[in-house]
Amino acid sequence: MKLFPILGGIHPEYRKELTSEKAIVALPLPKTLYLPLQQHMGAPANTTVNAGDLVKKGQLLAKAQGAISAAVHAPTSGRIAAITEMTAPHPSGLPTLTIMLDSDGKDEWGELMPAINDPFAASANEIKARVAEAGIVGMGGATFPSAVKLGLGSQHKLEILLLNGAECEPYLTCDDRVMREFAAEVVDGARIMAHALGAPKVIIAVEDNKPQAIEALRAVAATQPNVDVVGVPVQYPMGAERHLTQAVTGRETPARKLTADVGVVVHNVATARAVHQAVRLGRPLLSRVVTVSGGAVAQPKNIEVPLGTRVSELLDFCGGVTKEARRIISGGPMMGQPLPSLDVAVVKGTSGILALTQKETNEHASSPCIRCGSCVTYCPCGLVPVEMASYIRNDKLDLAAKIGVQDCVSCGSCSYICPSHIPLVHYFNYAKGKIAALDRERRKNEQTKALVEAHNARLERQAQAKREAAAKAKAAKEAAEAAAVAAQAQTNSAGGANA
Amino acid sequence: MLLDVGSLAVMGVTLGAVLGTAAKLLAVPTNPIEEELQNLLPGSQCGQCGFVGCAQYAAALAKGDTPITLCAPGGKATIEALAKKLGVHADADAHEEVGPRVAFINEDLCIGCLRCIGECGSDAIVGAPKQLHTVIADACHACSKCFKICPTEAIEMRPIPQTIAAWHWQKPGEHAAH
Repeated sequence: MKLFPILGGIHPEYRKELTSEKAIVALPLPKTLYLPLQQHMGAPANTTVNAGDLVKKGQLLAKAQGAISAAVHAPTSGRIAAITEMTAPHPSGLPTLTIMLDSDGKDEWGELMPAINDPFAASANEIKARVAEAGIVGMGGATFPSAVKLGLGSQHKLEILLLNGAECEPYLTCDDRVMREFAAEVVDGARIMAHALGAPKVIIAVEDNKPQAIEALRAVAATQPNVDVVGVPVQYPMGAERHLTQAVTGRETPARKLTADVGVVVHNVATARAVHQAVRLGRPLLSRVVTVSGGAVAQPKNIEVPLGTRVSELLDFCGGVTKEARRIISGGPMMGQPLPSLDVAVVKGTSGILALTQKETNEHASSPCIRCGSCVTYCPCGLVPVEMASYIRNDKLDLAAKIGVQDCVSCGSCSYICPSHIPLVHYFNYAKGKIAALDRERRKNEQTKALVEAHNARLERQAQAKREAAAKAKAAKEAAEAAAVAAQAQTNSAGGANA
Repeated sequence: MLLDVGSLAVMGVTLGAVLGTAAKLLAVPTNPIEEELQNLLPGSQCGQCGFVGCAQYAAALAKGDTPITLCAPGGKATIEALAKKLGVHADADAHEEVGPRVAFINEDLCIGCLRCIGECGSDAIVGAPKQLHTVIADACHACSKCFKICPTEAIEMRPIPQTIAAWHWQKPGEHAAH
């Protein structure tokens, strides 16, 4: 299959050998699970249970509310201990509403959703509804509700479902292991999704540094005429959805458009597996595979973790964190986010937990820019990081927006390559958040203005009506008076005549 | 030579005269910048800036004898818009950012007197005589007028808690390590 080059990108040390040969192991069931109601993009889920309720494994705990949201289910059987605010697995460390589930140790299944035995005979809406019911979100890390993404087929003419098995982040091997160990489930899930999307073709793209995964998938896909497995070059950020689309199809996604606008929808391989389980077995999303790795982890592993497990328990299962740990990160080292504490939960989008040593984090104080232009060469989005950063440093966010800071995918290639160690991607993350915040404020001001204008117009209308009524009353009164005067005059004149 | 200089001089004088009279005759009486500035302000006439209303504040801004940081409901977005329009540096330090707030009516204290509803410029309070009043949080822009007029101090201005969805990274420091 012909591939197309992508712009820029880097080749960091991958360090996947720490866990790539470690088969997925199941985590012993934790005593208590902590399930945030917001594990996805969009509106938080709405609880359907109360503290003290007994629940079975797979039971719905919180249902999706609004167009973009995802349901939360019980990963095991037990008792709801509390529904309370707890620290979110998010760098802000802000509190988020969380369901605390005390396990009863029986791990008893509740009633499952009925299996759809022939999903290819089912309608697209039926598949979509099932995926929504199962609470599946994009498991590559973006956590966008998958059912919403499966609905793209109704508005766009789609040609290809591109299954993303690139896993270009260093250290992470969870997708690699899922593809190797559950190749049949991944391919089946992909075919179901393609059916729901109305896309005639499935292409599974895997970076060439995972030959066993490619082999396993090819063995399964050989029997399927519309499924292709393609090895793509090892180049970070190959796993970014726009870049993968470009590399495989040669189609460039325009700024602020979706890949669906060029006929391609991208889903992660772990999402495909979750879809398979939801459709064929009727199981909601209750667990995910997480890579626990890094130089400061005693025994790096790939673990199938029930959602809501605390990160500290996961690290303990891997022999704990050694003293050299400098940073604990959720996700990969390039785009992952620091965790506010080890007591936060593993959620649907947690692909990895990394404990990195001082040597691995390689921190340096930044020094002035030497104008080498490396960041421009390596930016996979064709942006000019040096210029954007200098605008942002001087608080000229509008100028930074003009040269495309909102098109930055925060891959971190520029920060990685910068010889002056300038935290470029940090500037862009700040700018993107700040621009969005200012936008929200501006919209709010506009809304207030519209309300004030409507209010004033209403008062004016009322005043006008009052004036008109007054004028009418006055006119009526005058007319009455005039009539009275005229009548009087007539009487007088009549009287005069009589006299 | 004389002819060239002469003709150019005559042209200059005549055109100058035309422009001069036109400027006098067709002069715009109001300062157009005032209107533009007023459009940037929320328009709720809350008076928190110390002026009677938004138009008066806009007039003072146009003269350039008042800081651009006085509009509390407008927040930073308004300050930045004003700074851009006036071509001045937005000195946000002078602006005491109280953070986003919303009015809240304590139901135990509300007597249903309707006074806050009369004050609210954005129709954010609903209620009827002798009935509980309540605030539509989405429509409230925290002008505090209801807060000031409430006879039973049933209204408080509550800060809107920060949410994860609205959170963003802070600007990196000058010598940030990474």
